[in-house]
Parts: sequence; C-alpha cells; structure tokens
Amino acid sequence: MTIDDTPGKGTTPSSAHEIERYGGLFAKRTRGMTSSAMRDMMAVTARPEVISLATGLPDTTTFPAEDFAALMSRVAVDSSAAALQYGPTDGLEDVRKCIVQVMAAEGSVVEPDDLMITTGGQQVIDLVCRAFIDPGDVIVAEAPTYPGAVPCFTSFQADVVQIEMDEHGMRIDVLEATLAQLRKEGRRPKFIYTIPNFHNPGGVTMSLERRKALVRIANEQELVVLEDNPYGLLRYEGEPLPTLFTLDGGRYVIYCGTFSKILSAGLRLGWAAAPAPILQRLNLGKQAADLCSSPMNQYFVAAYFAQRDWRQYLHELRALYRRRRDVMLSAMNEFLPHETTWTKPGGGLFVWAKLPDYIDTTDLLARALREHVAFVPGRAAYLDGRGGSEMRLNFSGVGEDDIREGVRRIGKVVAEQVALYGTLTGVKPAPRKQNVVPLRRREAS
Amino acid sequence: MKVAVLKGGASLERTVSLRSGARVEDALARLGHDVLPIDVGADLVDRLRAERPDVAFIALHGRGGEDGTVQELLELVGVPYTASRPGACIRCMDKVVAKHALRDAGIPTPDFYAFSQAAFEDLGAARALPAIEERLEFPIVVKPAGQGSALGIKFARTAADVPNAIVAAFSYDTKVMLERYVDGRDLAVSVLETASGPEALPVVEAIPETEDFYDFESRYEIGRTRFVCPADLPPEITLRAQDLALKTWNTLGCSGFARVDLMYGGDELTVLEANAIPGLTETSLLPLAADAAGIGFDEFVARVLELAVQHAPAL
Repeated sequence: MTIDDTPGKGTTPSSAHEIERYGGLFAKRTRGMTSSAMRDMMAVTARPEVISLATGLPDTTTFPAEDFAALMSRVAVDSSAAALQYGPTDGLEDVRKCIVQVMAAEGSVVEPDDLMITTGGQQVIDLVCRAFIDPGDVIVAEAPTYPGAVPCFTSFQADVVQIEMDEHGMRIDVLEATLAQLRKEGRRPKFIYTIPNFHNPGGVTMSLERRKALVRIANEQELVVLEDNPYGLLRYEGEPLPTLFTLDGGRYVIYCGTFSKILSAGLRLGWAAAPAPILQRLNLGKQAADLCSSPMNQYFVAAYFAQRDWRQYLHELRALYRRRRDVMLSAMNEFLPHETTWTKPGGGLFVWAKLPDYIDTTDLLARALREHVAFVPGRAAYLDGRGGSEMRLNFSGVGEDDIREGVRRIGKVVAEQVALYGTLTGVKPAPRKQNVVPLRRREAS
Repeated sequence: MKVAVLKGGASLERTVSLRSGARVEDALARLGHDVLPIDVGADLVDRLRAERPDVAFIALHGRGGEDGTVQELLELVGVPYTASRPGACIRCMDKVVAKHALRDAGIPTPDFYAFSQAAFEDLGAARALPAIEERLEFPIVVKPAGQGSALGIKFARTAADVPNAIVAAFSYDTKVMLERYVDGRDLAVSVLETASGPEALPVVEAIPETEDFYDFESRYEIGRTRFVCPADLPPEITLRAQDLALKTWNTLGCSGFARVDLMYGGDELTVLEANAIPGLTETSLLPLAADAAGIGFDEFVARVLELAVQHAPAL
C-alpha cells in the first residue's frame, strides 16, 4: 500500500468518514445483527485456557484419520472431475439415497425425490425463512429456542413468539392459547419452529401425545411446522419416537436433518424433506444462496456410506456422549448449589440449567471466565429478554475430566453468588415458583 | 522502528482490542514501521525478550492491559510503551480510586459509595445499604469498580433491585460502587499529549437512539447510539468540559492519550471516569475527536509513538 502523506485523506480514511460511508447503506434488517457485549464476551471463551462448555461441537477426534484419508483418496480417484465441479441444486442422488437410510433409522419413510441437500441444517432454517417470511411475519418457536436460529429469524425481521416448554417439550395448551390470541389479532403464523428430540438448548424431548397434538393443530389450522431434528439419532436410552414428518404424512411438516452430528459438522451437509411445492420454493432460494452444496463433500458422504458402517460409528459416538452426559449430570449433582435445577436429557448434546432468579448468567459468565470456564447465557435462546437466569451446558465437545472440572468451577461461582445474595438480603432465597420454568426439579440425592 | 502492537488478551474487551490493534498495525505499516502484532498471553515476556521491539503500542483494553499490569512488565523487560505509566493506569482502571482522587482534587463527580466483597461478608456492609439508598436517591447506578465496558453496570430503580445489581457487579470485580444517577447528556473529552503539554480535543456527545435509557448494553451498541463531534454545546460548557478533562488528566497522572467521560445535566458537568487506553477502532470516540481536530489516525499513532520513545524510563 502506498504511504499517504496527508493524514486523514486518501488511503487513511478518517474515522468520521468511515462511520458515515456505510452507515446509511446497511439494510434495516442488519440492525438486529450488531455486536453486543455478550457476543464480545463469548470471544474470550475460545481461549485455550478456558474449558468451554459453551460450544455445540460434536467430537470429531474419534473419526479414524486413516478412514478419512482412504475415503478422500477414493473420491479423488473415482470422481475427481465431478467432485471439483458444480453440482445439482437439490444434491447428488447417491447422497439423497443415504439420507433415506438415515431417516429410516428413526422410522421415517421418504423417497430421494422428497429431499434437498443443503449446506448444513442451518441452511434449511435460512431457506424456510427466505421462502415464508416477510418483515413482521410471525414465527412460533419454543422458549428457549436454538440460539443459532435467533440471528436468522432476526435478520428476516420476523416477530418470534416463544412458547414455554416443560419436560415433555412444547406446551400444547400454551400453543393453542397463543394461536387463538394471534387469530384474534388477525395474524397467522408462517411456521412453527420446533426441535422435538433432545432440544437445543432445552435438553427435553416432545412426548408422543404432544407430537400428535401438534400435527393435528397444524392440519386443522393449516400451519407449516419446521421440524429441526439434528439430535434424534443421538439417543442414549429408550426407543425413538415417530418424527412429526412421519405423523403428518408429508402435508404440513418441513423436516430438517443434518450429517453434522452423525458424521461430521465440517462437511456442512444437511437436508430438507418437504411437500413438493415447498421443496420447489426452497430450491429457488438455494439457487440464489449458493447454487449447490459442496459436491466434493457430497462424494465423500456417498463413499463413506458405501464403504463404511455408518451405524457402527454412530453407535460409538452414542457410547462416548452417553458417558459424557453421565459425567456432567453427576458433577452437577455434586457441585451445583441446591437452588439450581436442570434437565436430564435422554440424548443430544446439552443440559439446560436454571439458577435462582437473582443470578444473571450473562454477568455470571464474566466471573466464570476468570475461573477459565464458559457456558452459554440463557438470554441467547430468547428473543424477548427472558432466560436471564438460565444457562446451556454442552457435554459433547470436551473430555470427561474437563466436564467434571468445568462443572466444579461453575458450581463454585454460583455458590459464591448465592452466598453473597444471602448476605445482602439477610434472607434465604425463596423457593422457586412452580410451573414457571420448563425444567425438572433437581432429583433428590 | 520495530513496533510491537499488544492486543487481544483474555479481557472481556478482547474483541474491541483486536479491532483497535488491527487499525494501529495498519497505521504503523503506512508510517513505514516494522510491525510485530502480539495477541498477549502466557508467552508475552518470552516473546518480548526474543523479538526485542524498539517500542510497544498498547492496544489492550480492560483487565491486564489497561490496569498497569502490562505496563509494569514492559518496564521490567525494558521496552518503552505508549500512553500512561502503571500508576495512572491503576488510578484510571479502578473507578473508585479515580473518583476519590477527583473528589479530593475538587473535581465534581457524582456521589458514590464503594464496597469490597469482604465488607459485605465480614463487616455487615449490607446493613448500611438503606442509608446509602436514602442519600443517593433512586435510581442508583451500580457498577463494578474495574470494568471498562458497559458490562455489569445496572440501574437499581428500587431497593428490591439493589441486591441483584450488586451480585451482578461482583461478577466483574471484587469491589463495587453505588453511584448517584445523573440525568443528562453523555460527553467524552479525549486528551492528547503534545510538546507543550496535554491538549483537550473537541467534545464528543453520545446520543442514544434507543428509548430505554436504563439499558446500558444497547446504549453502547453500534447503531443504537449516534456520536456527534464537536458536540452541540454552549461555548462555555465546551471549555469547561475540556478544562475538567485536563484537570482529571493531571490529577490521575495520565500520559500520551486518554479519554475522560462526563455527564452534563442541569447545567452541571460531572466527571464519571477516565480511560487510560480508550478504544481506537473505526467507530471509537478518541479517533473521532482527533479527526475533528484535524489529526488523522496515522498522525495520532505517529505522535503517540514518538512520545513513548521520548518518555522511555531510564533503564
């Protein structure tokens, strides 16, 4: 770069100009996407000295490196030109056939033509918003909801209405009351977003009864449901429940799946299954977004399914995560003060904990970072400011010793704050109100 | 010259620091210096000893970087550095120390009471809260003593809010402050050292675009606050604000550059705090004020660097 000898001009634009240059150009929808203090704080959680229970990362260290090398070589030898080329927008047929197998493992019957491959499950959320949401449209979601969906909903300027959960998932009675209220206001939600299995971040699973009720409501009121199911196959006990997609028979449910949790998140491959007219709209949106998902990675998936036993690897992952979940729950039982409650997930990657109302988990994170441990503050999972005393803990991304030590450190800082509050108020905190938070009480031990 | 740019670190203001640092690096490169970016961590002393920079530009904010720690280390290793010496850094970073110094020097600052966690745990300070609440009147601002950004700052509207706010503030520091709320306009006066002594730059006013004046986080979020420089103020108020900033600078013993935050309400100016290493990003207030004074960012960086070399303590 040339050195400019007139400071404030030329290659050294003045700060005032830099603010003004772009300020008036950004779209209104980016206003909700500005950096916040909480996000700045999350930057520190990535430091190597921090035990991060804040990620949602699957463990990729157990995937055999020699398998990875062999499969990539096979892709290079067999499909080099095609793997390096653009691919079809709806994805390779061989991969869609793999998805048919994966969905069958949870009892869902689909044809390759019902499917579109996407760039991670995350893209399905984006494409569905693209296809359905005008500014101000209503999306119904769970409370809390997937923190990664929040910026997507915000960027489409949706009005997100969040429905409480309990240990059986979304409260259908609250949903019905909310839908009735919206109807009275002349507003029809564009879709209901739900994670029925091992909810992120809530850790709970929707009961069969509620699944049936949700599908019934969708059919009666002609509402679309976006069923996000990244964790269904990470089940550590019990039998799988039918997906909403299966119960609905392909009328109102858009199904979102992913290879991220059963194979690799780095592949960035997911899929949508949906009624044909919806799939066509999603396809148009994907053409605009990225034309197609990486053919190279799709060839890798096809080779993997053809030459390895994907169920065996999944079985190993389940065993690994089950142990880690057990370590986390037992550490929470040992180290968290009595005022804390949490979910006991039967699968997935997350535990959702609720601290006493007077503890703000965004502030607590600052204290926890001084002890070199991190979690996701609850507010990240709400669009309406709720969740201030809640937190998400991940047990898949770090080893058992770190999980235990991380929970011990969190327990220490929470206990400190509980004691301080007691000192300040001179009274023991009142017991929590019932039915306010969708969590199982701490089990007696 | 070989210039180390210290940035990042583990403070909660890491992101802002990385942006400040990157901008300083670009300016140094344009000025023809050999730039050595360092994201500070456990290897800082080793790296400084191995790389032997001629001078360090400290673009760190918050704990570790703005509180005198890094400055002490640089003196130990024998590398000259930008901005304030450890003593001034400590006085600026700890709002309670700073406000005591200001009050002792006769500089107006909102009334306040500060407590350590030990005061509550061992000395029954909670018993004094009602008397404090009566003197400060609601709403009361509760702040951690040593946090640079808006994190941890809460408004207590009633006595019932106070314990929660204190618990939150103790998440950031072992000392918290309860301060009288000043309803008024947010002003910032940056001060830049020159050959003839410190000089106050044009006043910046931060005008929140959000309705909720009690939401500190959104007040300081980009896009939710508008900055005006020079601030639209009566000339005598501008002069008075600049004078108070210079007095604050002298009282706290700053050098190089700093930023003083004030409130202007009911025809009164009060000093809230001083920042020993204010943000230097493209949306930060000090560069904005310097620009309004005709000092571009590269010139600012060049001047600050020159002062650092001149002021280098004898080693």
